[in-house]
Amino acid sequence: MQRTFAGEFWKAKWSLLNGFLTTVELSLIVIAIGLAMGVIGGLLLVYGPRPVRWLMRAYVDILRGIPILVLILFSYYGLALMGIDISAFTAGVVALAGFCSAHMSETFRGAIDSIPVGQTEAAKAIGLTFWQRFFYVLLPQAARRIAPPAINTAVEMVKGTTLLSIIGVSELLLATQQTIARNYMVIEFYASALAFYFIFNFTLSRIGAYFERRFGFIRY
Amino acid sequence: MSVAQNAPAPRELLVARNVHKSYGKTEVLKGIDLTVTEGEVVALIGASGSGKTTFLRCINLLEEFQQGSISVDGDPVGYVEQGGARRRISETRLAAQRARIGMVFQSFNLFPHMTAAENVMLGLVKVKGMAKAEARSIAEHWLARVGLAERRDHYPFQLSGGQQQRVAIARAVAMEPRLILFDEVTSALDPELVAEVLGVMKDLAQSGMTMIVVSHEMLFVRDVATHVVFLDQGRILEEGEPHAVFRNPSSDRLRSFLGRFTDIIGDITAR
Repeated sequence: MQRTFAGEFWKAKWSLLNGFLTTVELSLIVIAIGLAMGVIGGLLLVYGPRPVRWLMRAYVDILRGIPILVLILFSYYGLALMGIDISAFTAGVVALAGFCSAHMSETFRGAIDSIPVGQTEAAKAIGLTFWQRFFYVLLPQAARRIAPPAINTAVEMVKGTTLLSIIGVSELLLATQQTIARNYMVIEFYASALAFYFIFNFTLSRIGAYFERRFGFIRY
Repeated sequence: MSVAQNAPAPRELLVARNVHKSYGKTEVLKGIDLTVTEGEVVALIGASGSGKTTFLRCINLLEEFQQGSISVDGDPVGYVEQGGARRRISETRLAAQRARIGMVFQSFNLFPHMTAAENVMLGLVKVKGMAKAEARSIAEHWLARVGLAERRDHYPFQLSGGQQQRVAIARAVAMEPRLILFDEVTSALDPELVAEVLGVMKDLAQSGMTMIVVSHEMLFVRDVATHVVFLDQGRILEEGEPHAVFRNPSSDRLRSFLGRFTDIIGDITAR
């Protein structure tokens, strides 16, 4: 009987759906943690007391300097050898979120630093507290500068989830490979994975473009 | 002083005592004493580097100072003495103090992502806790007072420098501060825009607002200030009523400082 793509796709639907959902879940968790830690990290880099700034600086520079794959393998095998027993999924989240937060921290630091100091002074002068200055004066101005590099990082993270196939996380790439191993329809199934990654990342970059436009009216 | 007759003696609004400030080993303020009473317009003049802007920025603690005290309305700004030790007050308390001291900057510093009205409203809503509608009507009132009723929904980049500075003044005044600090507010403006800003300031002075003004506009100082303070190398060298100080400078430093203006605008003591 002739194999058809549709037939094979249907057979593998649960495994592929599971891979798809795992990729989406991983990406969203990693980006959310990375973004949240990035805001905190960026604030610490700019406003933290000196020792905290140094620690943050070291964290950012070290993590940005290590290939993601090495981080993943270290997080999975290294932590296990140190007696910390975590699942492949968790190890993947730790590695990717760590990497993501380092990049996001640096992005936030740069954006906050680039806002003229007079903005903070004017906000202080009308009596705004630190968090009010941050939310109403600095963040809206920083948002436009943050959007393009933050989206780049987010897209890199989605691509980075494929590396977790190496430690056995059944995300979309591993599910696709396993499907191909059964039916040898290499081109069809890799092409569908490719289409999925493209659509996911393209959507992300449209969201980024929206934020850029949303705050694009800000001029000095 | 512009205080009505029979009024009670004007209250001391700002009292600075022995204010010292250093950047590392360089001492830029070497013991400033100044008292400003309600309704006064005090002009700080002096060459660049004399410390006038630094002192102004110490009043709302945009600059820290290491010794001495500055009180506004009897409330020491920024620091408290406790058992002989000097301690920074909390961020929240400092913010509340700053809300009672307005400031207008040389470079306007309007918030670029907000319209003129929103710039004025921000402090009213977030600091004073006003409802938006109330804040908007106050903002519109003050924008009208500075002649910008038509421009209330414009963003700063759509306004000229003079208009931006008038919005900045409206933003400061709308908070109903006890006093307003003006830091060389016309220095960044094209000459033809200076007058509109000085006009608004003069109007404000006549309404009884207490003002401390760092300025190189000597004619404005002469006509509007009630008290002029000449700083030189971090010290107050001379002070007094502007006409008297300008006519009879007792130090060589002030004489030569004023001489530089006389060359440009003629005799500043002449009416």
